[in-house]
Amino acid sequence: MTDETSGPPEPSRAPAVARKSLMAGDERVAQTSRFTRLMRRPEAGVLVGLVATFVIFALLPGAESLYSLQGAMTFLTLSAELGILAAAVALLIIAGEFDLSIGSMIGFAGIVIGLLVTRLGWPLWAAVGSAFAVAVLVGYLNGLITVKTRVPSFIVTLASLFILRGLSIGITRAVTGRTQIPYILDNPPDPWTAALFNGHVFTGLFQWMGRQGWIGVKGDGMPFVAGIPMSIVWWIVVTSLAGWVLTQTKFGNWIYAAGGDPVVARNVGVPVARVKIILFIVTAVAATLLATIQVMEAGSADTVRGTQKEFEAIIAAVIGGVLLTGGYGTVLGAAFGALIFGLVQMGIFFTGIDTDWFKVFLGIVILVAVLVNNFARARALGERSGS
Amino acid sequence: MTAPAIELRRVSKRFGSVIALNEVSIAVNPGEVHCLLGDNGAGKSTLIKILSGVYRPSEGEILIESRAVDFRSPRDAAEAGVATVFQDLGLIPLMSISRNFFLGREPVKGVFPFRRFDKDHANAVAKQALIDVGIQVRDPTQAVGTLSGGERQSVAIARAIHFGAKVLILDEPTSALGVHQAAMVLKFVIEARLRGLAVILITHNINHAYPVADVFTLLNRGTSKGTFRKSDISRDEVVRIMSGGEDMAVVEREIADLLARVR
Repeated sequence: MTDETSGPPEPSRAPAVARKSLMAGDERVAQTSRFTRLMRRPEAGVLVGLVATFVIFALLPGAESLYSLQGAMTFLTLSAELGILAAAVALLIIAGEFDLSIGSMIGFAGIVIGLLVTRLGWPLWAAVGSAFAVAVLVGYLNGLITVKTRVPSFIVTLASLFILRGLSIGITRAVTGRTQIPYILDNPPDPWTAALFNGHVFTGLFQWMGRQGWIGVKGDGMPFVAGIPMSIVWWIVVTSLAGWVLTQTKFGNWIYAAGGDPVVARNVGVPVARVKIILFIVTAVAATLLATIQVMEAGSADTVRGTQKEFEAIIAAVIGGVLLTGGYGTVLGAAFGALIFGLVQMGIFFTGIDTDWFKVFLGIVILVAVLVNNFARARALGERSGS
Repeated sequence: MTAPAIELRRVSKRFGSVIALNEVSIAVNPGEVHCLLGDNGAGKSTLIKILSGVYRPSEGEILIESRAVDFRSPRDAAEAGVATVFQDLGLIPLMSISRNFFLGREPVKGVFPFRRFDKDHANAVAKQALIDVGIQVRDPTQAVGTLSGGERQSVAIARAIHFGAKVLILDEPTSALGVHQAAMVLKFVIEARLRGLAVILITHNINHAYPVADVFTLLNRGTSKGTFRKSDISRDEVVRIMSGGEDMAVVEREIADLLARVR
């Protein structure tokens, strides 16, 4: 034992007990390619669907009109209006709740604006501001009742759906004797407010393109498409904001957790109730934003406006890869879902197919989307194929 | 002799007329694995819920490093350095490892309207914390649901260690695992012990408990049947006390009689 090198190597000291990699799987699994990673994202399915829809309508008659600048602006506007709702709805579904009252909220918000302007002579900005205040209250109540009573939000907001629609019709008829409020934008003291929700951006660019002969112009030399409609601008703003919050912030982490497993989330200190209430407010506010845009475009409010929008928004989110059971999905996916929705709706119109078939198509797409989502979820959880 | 990291003194818990725990006392030192053994209904679950702040004891007191404490919520217990890994593990399968790791304690960067979850930091820290307890993760952004049961246990344990737990309570960590996975989790228990944590291991599997435990407390029908150091008790004795002593012999005799009659 005099030769120090001949003995067996000194065993390393205690803390190395579990040092050896016990998850040796890392070397056995091949590096996933960039493409595989892309296809694993929740929006992968809808992206494929979107490309397929584009291609199918390109091959059908009417493609020229659909993909003209005017046709594109039309379907993009449809997509934008739904997309504003879908972004908010996606956040709420990911947090594990539903809001069926947003369609009625659209009608109700329009009535609030219409009555305050035409009956009380309020300036537009004050009427719009009041409508948003009402939305915050409605969303807060929806959320509070849901988290306090633990009644499914599906039921709570189904009640709000009827209450808000009933209030819209009841109040409007009691005050005006009709169910519509026209002439809201006649003599507005603050046209700037209207321009924020209606009108176009990049009008100069479009006029310039018209003069260059790149896009179609009317008899007076102005382009057919005046610019990018404000609804599209709002869609982009709302989608970017919602997407940023969901993926980049602490609150976004809480949204996923609230829908993924509310009990676990609460136990680790996530204020689940607060997260849900805030998101109910967000959906009601998004509905009011859409209502304001529609009132500014039409110059009138109608008690039945927004009917069934709650379902269309849920469909757009689900087509976009948002899991109906919560905890999984993206805002970008919901935006793609809204894009498919608008594209198909206009596409069917331009191809000359009877638009009645749109609903059949919609039903089938929902079913397919849910099945694809379940598959995507299983894969996200690493469940082996073939099981 | 240092003060116990956590100590229960004559703690009782009653639910109406049911006595779930009756004057149980245990003390767990830093760097020690204290195993709570007991059959179903022995009061193990009630005991952990008291230790982790879910229930408050009807009588008796809890001491952390010799100071009496009153846990009104799991949050209080966590702040006092008592981390409990329940059977649901406190992990959300659809979320990534690093998002789970920091859930409720997200690191942020930037100033207010642009303040955001520092994901790069979270990924790096989660990965390092797992390496520190001896787990290599392929990718901290992969969903927890893709991990095996043992790996999930390890993530939960690594999280508790990382956030400064002084007392780690593990509720049946090996019950749903196969042999290999259970061995892996038991290695993490030893790793935690070597880092000076007081570990309370709840199990009814003596084969998992005996190799890693320093001290055993045996519970039966809500009362403590005694606390033994490993050097003072054999595996067979543990099993005999755990099952209520003679009861098991009675059961074996009855089974033998039954089989004799069938034949």
